[in-house]
Amino acid sequence: MDFDLTEDQRLLTDSVARLLADQYGFEQRKSLLKAPLGWSERLWSQYAELGLLGLPIPEEYGGFGGGPVDVMLLMQAFGRHLVLEPYLASIVLGGTALRLAGSAAQRDELLPALADGTLKLAFAHGERQSRYDLPDVLTTARQDGGGWRLDGAKSVVLHGDCADRLVVSARTAGSRDEAAGISLFLVDAEASGLARRGYALRDGTRAAELSLTGVPAELLGERDAALPVIERVIEAGIAATAAETIGAMEAMQAMTLDYLKTRQQFGRPIGDNQALQHRSAEMMIALEQGRSMAMLAAMSVDAPDAEERARSIAMARVGVGQAGRFVSQNAVQLHGGIGMTDEYAVGHFFRRVMVIEHLFGDTAHHLDRLADQVE
Amino acid sequence: MDLRFTPEEVAFREEVRAFIRANLPADIRERMRLGHKPTKQDTITWQRILNARGWAAFSWPTEWGGPGWTAIQRMIFLEENLQAPAPELLSFNITMLGPVLVEFGTETQKRHFLPRAANLDDWWCQGFSEPGAGSDLASLRTAAVRDGDHYVVNGQKIWTSTAHNADWCFCLVRTDPKAAKRQEGISFLLIDLRTPGIEVRPIISIDGSHHLNEVFFTDVRVPAENLVGEENKGWSVAKYLLGNERTGIARLGTSKAAVRRAKEVAREVRTRGRPLIEDRAFRTRVAQLEVDMKALEITQLRVVSAFAKSGGKTPDPLSSVLKVKGTELLQASSELVMDVGGPLAMPAWQQELAALANEPAPIPDWAPAMAPAYLMLRAASIYGGTNEIQKNILNKAVLGL
Repeated sequence: MDFDLTEDQRLLTDSVARLLADQYGFEQRKSLLKAPLGWSERLWSQYAELGLLGLPIPEEYGGFGGGPVDVMLLMQAFGRHLVLEPYLASIVLGGTALRLAGSAAQRDELLPALADGTLKLAFAHGERQSRYDLPDVLTTARQDGGGWRLDGAKSVVLHGDCADRLVVSARTAGSRDEAAGISLFLVDAEASGLARRGYALRDGTRAAELSLTGVPAELLGERDAALPVIERVIEAGIAATAAETIGAMEAMQAMTLDYLKTRQQFGRPIGDNQALQHRSAEMMIALEQGRSMAMLAAMSVDAPDAEERARSIAMARVGVGQAGRFVSQNAVQLHGGIGMTDEYAVGHFFRRVMVIEHLFGDTAHHLDRLADQVE
Repeated sequence: MDLRFTPEEVAFREEVRAFIRANLPADIRERMRLGHKPTKQDTITWQRILNARGWAAFSWPTEWGGPGWTAIQRMIFLEENLQAPAPELLSFNITMLGPVLVEFGTETQKRHFLPRAANLDDWWCQGFSEPGAGSDLASLRTAAVRDGDHYVVNGQKIWTSTAHNADWCFCLVRTDPKAAKRQEGISFLLIDLRTPGIEVRPIISIDGSHHLNEVFFTDVRVPAENLVGEENKGWSVAKYLLGNERTGIARLGTSKAAVRRAKEVAREVRTRGRPLIEDRAFRTRVAQLEVDMKALEITQLRVVSAFAKSGGKTPDPLSSVLKVKGTELLQASSELVMDVGGPLAMPAWQQELAALANEPAPIPDWAPAMAPAYLMLRAASIYGGTNEIQKNILNKAVLGL
């Protein structure tokens, strides 16, 4: 057991912290939000140069061969600054799918491009009706000559508007809710029959609705047997966003403390009031408990035993989800009126945490899964 | 960063577990399994068995009989002992007095008291709280006046756990009522409870048990050689005692054992025509507790690991997080156990059960200890610094409010 960072990990966190402190001020971020793309291509290139995009990609594909703890540290830093670039969508979700399911040829072709930033992926799995049920897939794939064609629709695809290629799930057999019969495909963003409608989520990050009509596609991984891969992609997403939530909670806690010390009412700082002091202590307790769970997620995400891994990830999701709600709701409460305004940062962190909790199964969903396993 | 235990730590856990399995007497084991509190004799018997193995003084330096364990090993040992479940070591002797004497005691005090404390030849209790000095400990008034080579002690202590079992009491007393700061006139004194002028009166708790006491001191003559540390410097000794390693403070093993127990009994009892264990609300409640226990387990590892890295000197303010969350979980898990028991957990049948010892029990053996455990654990968020005080500590030490 060991909670130390390696020398490399310390260098990583230092350099990322410097970059973001310099480039990701609240006002700088605001101007990125207003741009049509919703994030910065210039910064994306800088991430590539710093090796951040290749961080979890094996060295043989031009990456840095980092592990989940490296990703945790990076996502935590991203959470502190509400980074808008498609790291989660492309590197974490897309990259995990590609690493786990890709053939040797597909990995050779795509992983190096992912690592140097020239290729952006998105993971298109959820559908309008599926909510958090991973086997609920209605999009279909049919064979057409040597290839495949997809028909259906995908919903809330993170950064699906800017991706160059999409990893799309579709039914090659079976019916709705069946675990077997789901396959993954690679789809070119410019493919005929693919319509994308991009929009912003409540936190300003981008997503898209996809409509697929006879879209040509290339099989990624084993036919009919993609559900275990999809589960692992979602687990990787949960671990990464758990860390991002910790970063956002740290930022909210720091802002709130600062506010408690400076805001004067009745002739003294509002932080002199014990009701508010205790709330802030409870926020800290929630943050530390959440941090422990984000560590659990990072250290479980590559665990070989699927059942144990899924259980740890679900526990982490519940722990971080509850901590995130408590800290963000109280951060706004303790700020009072200013916490409700769009011009103030705390509400932006609040919305990021809110969006994250509703991406890969919310707290109730994962608590329910854990309740199934009580024995 | 790696959350896994090393092979050595895993082997150590196995060693501890095997020792407890092989050496915990069957009658004690059964009482503990059913959720009863250990008797005085249970505690003495088990601590002496552990002491014979060299494990009772688990956190002391080796020169004073400690086993020389790492912080992780100490945590594993405590967890295994709680989870067994076996009686806890008497914390007054082991985690409070022992380290204080090692740090502040005279050579004579150490040589006399430490081995006796480890073997529970002396049962110690703690004389800190007074009627007017609870969370505000520094306002204590029990007076010790120097008279030749004795102190003469007058005053009253309250909430003195196990004083009725105890042979000795380590007390905070006021030796300089005129000191500029209240904290500066306090001394740390070891008092033999057989000394004339001491009266111990029981306080019966809401669980019906006699655990707490009032202790009255009237012209009690205490040899001056029983002063620990310097006169009027007792506050630093007390702070050392309270801030000393608090890895055991979360008592996670007890919560884990309680949740395990709740699940066992939930297989036996029914709700709406099905075993309670199949009830969704029950399962969700268990799942939530298991999530919270997991988070605390990792937080505890972080605290232990940071403590070990600091060379075992700096108490981590995060230990207040362990106290708050740990006691919340103790309370929630005992609440769960009681709720599983339902109406059968409600009869106060201790006397009847004792009288009917030779007849078939009127209620299942799992029922009698459920409500008392729940009731007694309401104290967990009050003793050792209330959870509200812990939040004040976090604010001062970490948040700077």
